[in-house]
Amino acid sequence: MQPLTNKAQAVNRAPMSFWERLYLINIIKGMFITFSHMFKKQPTIRYPEQKREFSPVFRGLHVLNRDEAGRERCTACGLCAVACPAEAITMEAAERANGEEHLYREEKYAAKYEINMLRCIFCGLCEEACPKDAIYLSETFAPANFNRKGFIYGKNDLLIPNPTTEAAAFAAAKGVEA
Amino acid sequence: MTILSFDWAFIIEKLIMIAIIVFASLGIALYTTFGERKVAAILQDRPGPSRAGPFGLLQPLADGLKLISKEEIIPTNANKWLFILGPGLAMTASLMTCAVIPWGTAIDIFGRHVELQIADVNIGILYVFAVVSMGVYGIMIGGWASNNKFSLMSALRAASQAISYELAMGLALIALLMTTGSLSLKTIVEQQVDGKWWNIVYQPLGFLLFFIAALAECNRTPFDLPEAENELNFGYHQEYSSMKLGFYLFAEYINMIMSSAIMASMYFGGYDLPFFNEASVAPNIAALIGVGTLLIKIVLFIFLFMWIRWTIPRFRYDQLMNLGWKTMIPLALFNLLLTGAVILAKL
Repeated sequence: MQPLTNKAQAVNRAPMSFWERLYLINIIKGMFITFSHMFKKQPTIRYPEQKREFSPVFRGLHVLNRDEAGRERCTACGLCAVACPAEAITMEAAERANGEEHLYREEKYAAKYEINMLRCIFCGLCEEACPKDAIYLSETFAPANFNRKGFIYGKNDLLIPNPTTEAAAFAAAKGVEA
Repeated sequence: MTILSFDWAFIIEKLIMIAIIVFASLGIALYTTFGERKVAAILQDRPGPSRAGPFGLLQPLADGLKLISKEEIIPTNANKWLFILGPGLAMTASLMTCAVIPWGTAIDIFGRHVELQIADVNIGILYVFAVVSMGVYGIMIGGWASNNKFSLMSALRAASQAISYELAMGLALIALLMTTGSLSLKTIVEQQVDGKWWNIVYQPLGFLLFFIAALAECNRTPFDLPEAENELNFGYHQEYSSMKLGFYLFAEYINMIMSSAIMASMYFGGYDLPFFNEASVAPNIAALIGVGTLLIKIVLFIFLFMWIRWTIPRFRYDQLMNLGWKTMIPLALFNLLLTGAVILAKL
């Protein structure tokens, strides 16, 4: 077979010389290699204090979006649930009552919206399917939890803070994504 | 203070010395485990334990606490007494070595002239050898009493390895003893303090052989066949848990410290600080400087042990035996012959 790269090296099968058979020289060489690693930069990221930076296209934890007036954009059309290949999304729709116009953008809204983070594969198809720009994937990931229930994220966990009442929290949640 | 024809002050002095040295070696062993993890980490571009305390300095205490609080398990079919005796014996043997190591010259304290050595016996080296060869009993008894194939296999390996390498170690040592003419460690160190050179200059090959044999005696990589995590599943301490396991692990580190101390004393001048005139300072301070020098030499040796461990993979069993019997012993004999010839030529 033709070699695919020029990195192939023929194995040297010549009998070892006296110095090679002593191994000591090669051991000392090896020890200097390990010693030189004492001065190398450590690639370690000390997690809770330092966090790895993700690229802007990173698909992490979901966020339910609000519009500029702080109203929920989601209309519970169910397209995300249909698009989801892992069937991680469940929702229940409800009709907007009078006086709730400042809460929900359209006449129909999601009364219950749950994503099971253990099922989710973070493919981002829900984001693509959404006609209302209501769901997008942020640059964080689901933190560890002690039981399975903790991984089912409800509306409380997913909704972005209200930009009119909690501007600072909203800006923080938006982060670089904005 | 002589009652019942004993000099009690002398006995108390020695008891205090023993307590200090035993607890100091336990403390150093504790931090050697930490050092091992840190050295391993740094050589592998990792930070190592860094969570418990500043720079992870409380990590060994956390490890010790964990070992003590673990459940104590004695396998049903194990020989109970021997199972308990094993780690105790390993620990005792490794701690007993420190009796003949000269830690420094004498200090004058409370009107007493205290030699910084527990016992300056004139057969010091022979005593060390006797105790070191006892150390393998701890491993053998523990491995046998566990009633486990892997442990027994490991005990077998440990015994054959110790016997093979003790020969080379002894032969390398005889060459040194031919030049020093004394078996007392104190005398050997004093000769190096007074003489021009350290013994390493006269016995480079002897030191190399002794060092390799010491690695094998301490069951350190590349000679850690008795432990051999990946083939024997931790070997002789597989069935051990809690502090009995801790004793085995500690015994290994104390062995390391003691063999470092012995190598430093025999080949590297012991407590002798080079290019420093001990007479220029008060004798007490000179003694303390000597102790510090010996400790620094020990730490350097321990670092070398660790450095080797995290560089070289383990030998195969037949390679181990080949190296021991076909390379080390002939080389040691050659060294013996050479030393004898040089001594004869000088006469």
